[in-house]
Amino acid sequence: MAQTEYAVQLNHVTKTFGPVVANRDVSLGVRSGEILALLGENGSGKTTLMNMIAGIYFPDEGEILVGGKEVTIRSPKDALELGIGMIHQHFKLVDVFTATENIALSMGHEEKFDLKRVHDRARAICEKYQFALDLDQKVYEMSVSQKQTLEIVKVLYRGADILILDEPTAVLTPQETERLFTVIRNMKADGKAVIIITHKLHEVLAISDRVAILRKGEYVGDIATADATEESLTEMMVGEKVELNIDRPAPVNPVKRLDIQHLSVRSPEGVTVLDDATFQVYGGEILGIAGISGNGQKELLEAIAGLQPVEPGTSIQFFSPDVVDPVQLVGKSPKAICEAGIHLSFVPEDRLGMGLVGSMGMTDNMMLKSYGKGHSPLVDRKAPHDLAATIKEELGVVTPDLNTPVSRLSGGNVQKVLVGRELAADPIVLMTAYAVRGLDINTSYTIYRLLNEQKKNGVAVLYVGEDLDVLLELCDRILVLCGGRVNGILDGRTATKEEVGLRMTQLIKEEQA
Amino acid sequence: MSQSITAAHAPLLRIARREGATLPQKIAVRAGAILLALVVDALFIFFVTGLNPLAVYGVMWGGTFGTSVRFSWMLRDLSILLCVGIALAPAFKMRFWNCGGEGQILIGGLAAALIMVYQGNNLPAPALFAAMALGSIAAGALWGFVPAWFKSRWGTNETLFTLMMNYVATSIVACMTNIMRGQASSLGTLNKATKAGWFPIVLGQRYTINIIVVIVLTFLMYAYLKYSKQGYEISVVGESQNTARYAGINVRKVTIRTMLISGAVCGLCGFLIVAGKDQTISTTSAGGRGFTAIIVAWLAKFNTFYMALISFLLVFLERGASEIASAYSLNEYAADIITGVILFFILGSEFFINYRVILRGANKEGK
Repeated sequence: MAQTEYAVQLNHVTKTFGPVVANRDVSLGVRSGEILALLGENGSGKTTLMNMIAGIYFPDEGEILVGGKEVTIRSPKDALELGIGMIHQHFKLVDVFTATENIALSMGHEEKFDLKRVHDRARAICEKYQFALDLDQKVYEMSVSQKQTLEIVKVLYRGADILILDEPTAVLTPQETERLFTVIRNMKADGKAVIIITHKLHEVLAISDRVAILRKGEYVGDIATADATEESLTEMMVGEKVELNIDRPAPVNPVKRLDIQHLSVRSPEGVTVLDDATFQVYGGEILGIAGISGNGQKELLEAIAGLQPVEPGTSIQFFSPDVVDPVQLVGKSPKAICEAGIHLSFVPEDRLGMGLVGSMGMTDNMMLKSYGKGHSPLVDRKAPHDLAATIKEELGVVTPDLNTPVSRLSGGNVQKVLVGRELAADPIVLMTAYAVRGLDINTSYTIYRLLNEQKKNGVAVLYVGEDLDVLLELCDRILVLCGGRVNGILDGRTATKEEVGLRMTQLIKEEQA
Repeated sequence: MSQSITAAHAPLLRIARREGATLPQKIAVRAGAILLALVVDALFIFFVTGLNPLAVYGVMWGGTFGTSVRFSWMLRDLSILLCVGIALAPAFKMRFWNCGGEGQILIGGLAAALIMVYQGNNLPAPALFAAMALGSIAAGALWGFVPAWFKSRWGTNETLFTLMMNYVATSIVACMTNIMRGQASSLGTLNKATKAGWFPIVLGQRYTINIIVVIVLTFLMYAYLKYSKQGYEISVVGESQNTARYAGINVRKVTIRTMLISGAVCGLCGFLIVAGKDQTISTTSAGGRGFTAIIVAWLAKFNTFYMALISFLLVFLERGASEIASAYSLNEYAADIITGVILFFILGSEFFINYRVILRGANKEGK
C-alpha cells in the first residue's frame, strides 16, 4: 500500500476554531529522507496543521498516521515519543542556562541526569549534521540563529525523525539561511523527514523536494519542486495569476526632508543601540533600511517619531515643503511634532502593541492620533467613522463591522487598517517598519504599490525591511545597519544581495562619507 | 471506520472558544447557572441545616422585597456600592489596580465629618454641604493622587501602594474619632441636637439624596468613559502604554488625572455615607465596599448601567443572607455559604459564555 511509505501522514484532517475553519479535509504526507515545503498565504492554516502533528491542537476530524500506523497525539510529549519534533517561531529556551543545560531539560524521566553525557551526545549530534553550536554558551549570549540551532539540536537529541520547522528563515540573514539549509540537507541524507513552512518562494525552490500547497485551509495539491517555478507556485497559492514585479520609478526631483546627524541612542540598560548614525532622507524616494533584527532599526524610527530619547549631540532636522527653516525634532514629543504641523506617518513594527488599539474597532482606531483636535471635551466619531468606511472600501479590509475589535482581524487586515490610517494623514515623511511581515503575497504587493504611490507624490519613504529581495527591488537607496552603526548606504539598483548581507553582519572598515 | 477510532481516542473534554454568543444563549446560560446554584443550595440547606429550602429562599427574597422599607434599604445600600464602583471604573479601565477605594472613602468621610462637627454651627446649611462635599472630594483625590504620582514617577506597584494607603486612612480615622469623642465611650451620631450636616428628608428618607446623586453619577461616568476625549485616552492607556505614547498621549498626566477622579468620587462617596446614611464616621464606615466594588466594576466591564445590576445582585444576596441568619438564628457563616454558592455559579457561568466544552465524539452531530 502506498500509505505505508510515509513517515507521517494526515488523512482528511479538519480543524475548526469557533466558526472559523482552519483546515478542511487536508490529506498529505512526508516520506523519510524527504524535505517537504508547506506553502500557503497567511491564514491558510499551515501552522495549525503542523500544530496538530506536534500535539498542540487535536484534530476535530480525520486521522494521523506515523510510520503507517494510526496514532493519537494529545500533547507535544506524545509527539516527541513518536519521533516528531517541531521548531516553533518563538523559541522555548531558558535564557540563563547553557545550551547543554537546555538540552538536558528535555531529557526523558527514565534517563539519568548526567550533564557530561548530555554534552557528549549533543556534541556528537552537532558533528554529525555540522551544526555550529557552542554547547557551553549561555542562551542569552546567543544570536537568534544560534538559538534556533539549539532548538533543532534539542529535538534531535530527543530522537526526532520527523522535523517540522515553522518559518525558520524569517529571522535569519542570507548567510545564516544558507547554513541552515546545509544542515537540513544533512538531516535529509540521514533519512529524516523534514517539513518546512515558509512563504519565501526562492527558498522553497532551493531546499525542498516537494511542495504542498494550502489555500484558505484547504489542500490544493502538491508538486515536485523540480517542476515548479515561482510563478506556478504563486498561482497555486493565490488561486490566480499574480504579477510578481515591483515597480521602481526613478525618483523625480528629490528634495531633502530629513537631515539626521550623529544620532545615538542608548537602551534603558545603558547599551548603545544606535551609534552616531548620520544620513539624509529625500522626498520622492524610498530609503530602505536593512539589518538583522535588533540592530537599531526600531530605535532609529522611534527616535525620528519622538518616541525614543536620544543622546546629546544628536540632530534630526525636518525640512518642510512650506517653511524655509528646518525644524529640529530632537526633544519634541510625538504630540509636539504633530502640533508643529509636521506630517510624519509611522507604521511601527508592533502593530497591535503600538500602532493600533486591539480592543477597539476601526472607527476608534482612526482617531488615535487625531482625537484631540478641536476644543470640545467630547470626541467626534463622525469623521473617523467615514474614514474607516473609506479605508475599508479602498483597501478591501475584511471586517464584519467597523466596530469589531481590530485584534480579531487577520494580520493582513490589521496592517491595512494601520497603513490606511497613516497614509490618510497626508504624510510628508512616511516610516514603515516590517510593513509586510506576515502578510500574504497579494497584500504585500498592495503595500508596495501604496508605498510607490506615496513616493510618486513626493513623500519621503523610509522602509525598514527584512526580505533582501524586496529591499533590492523596491528601494532607491539601502542603508545597512550593523550593530547600531550605519554600515554603508548602497544604491538599490546596483547593490547585490551578498553585499547587503555581508554588511549586515560585518562592520566595513571605512569612514562613512 | 477509521474516523470512529480517532474519536474514541480523543480527549474526554476539550475546550473551545465561543465567538459572540447570542443574547438568548447568554440569558439561558445565566438562568441555568442560577437554577443550578439554587439546587446546590437546596441540598446544602436540607442536609446540613435540616430546614425547608423553599422556605429559606422565601425568607431570602423577603430580605429585599418583603416590605417597602426593606426595598428602600436595598436601594440605600445599592447606591453606596454602585457609587464606589463608579469611582473605581476609570482607574480599572486604565488598568490601574486601585485597591485603595476603602481608604479613599474613609478619608473622604472623615473630611466631611470633621467639617460637620467643627463648622456645623458656623455655616449656613448650603455652605456647610458645599464645604463637606468639597472637603471630602479633595481628601479622596489626595488619597488617589499619592499612589498615582509615585507610580508615574518611579514605577511603584500601585496595588501594594493603594492597599497600604487603606491602613493609613483607617489609622487616621481611628485617631480622629478618638479625639472627637472626648470622654464619651463612643463617637455616636454627630451633631445629634442640631442635625447640621445631615441630609434633609426627601420622600421619607435621608438617603434619597444619595440615590439621586448616584443616579446622576451613573449617567455622567458612562458618558465620560464612552464619549469624552479623556475617556478615550483612558481606554488607550489601559490597552497599551506604547500605543498611548505613539498617539502622543501623556501617559503620566492621564494616570494622575484618572486617579484624581477615581479618588475624588470615592471621597464623595464618603461624604454621602456620613451625610446621607450613617451621620457618623468610624473605621468600618466603608465596610469593605472598596473591595466589593472591584467585582462590580470588572463584571460590568466598566459599563455603569450593568454595574447597577450587579450591585443590586450583591446587595440582594447580602440582605438575604442576614435575613436568613436572623430568621432561623443560623450561624452567619451558613447564610454566607448559601449566597456564596449563588455568586460562584453566576461568576462561573461567564466561562461558559466565552467557551464551549466539547465532549468526546460530540462533534459528529454538532457539525
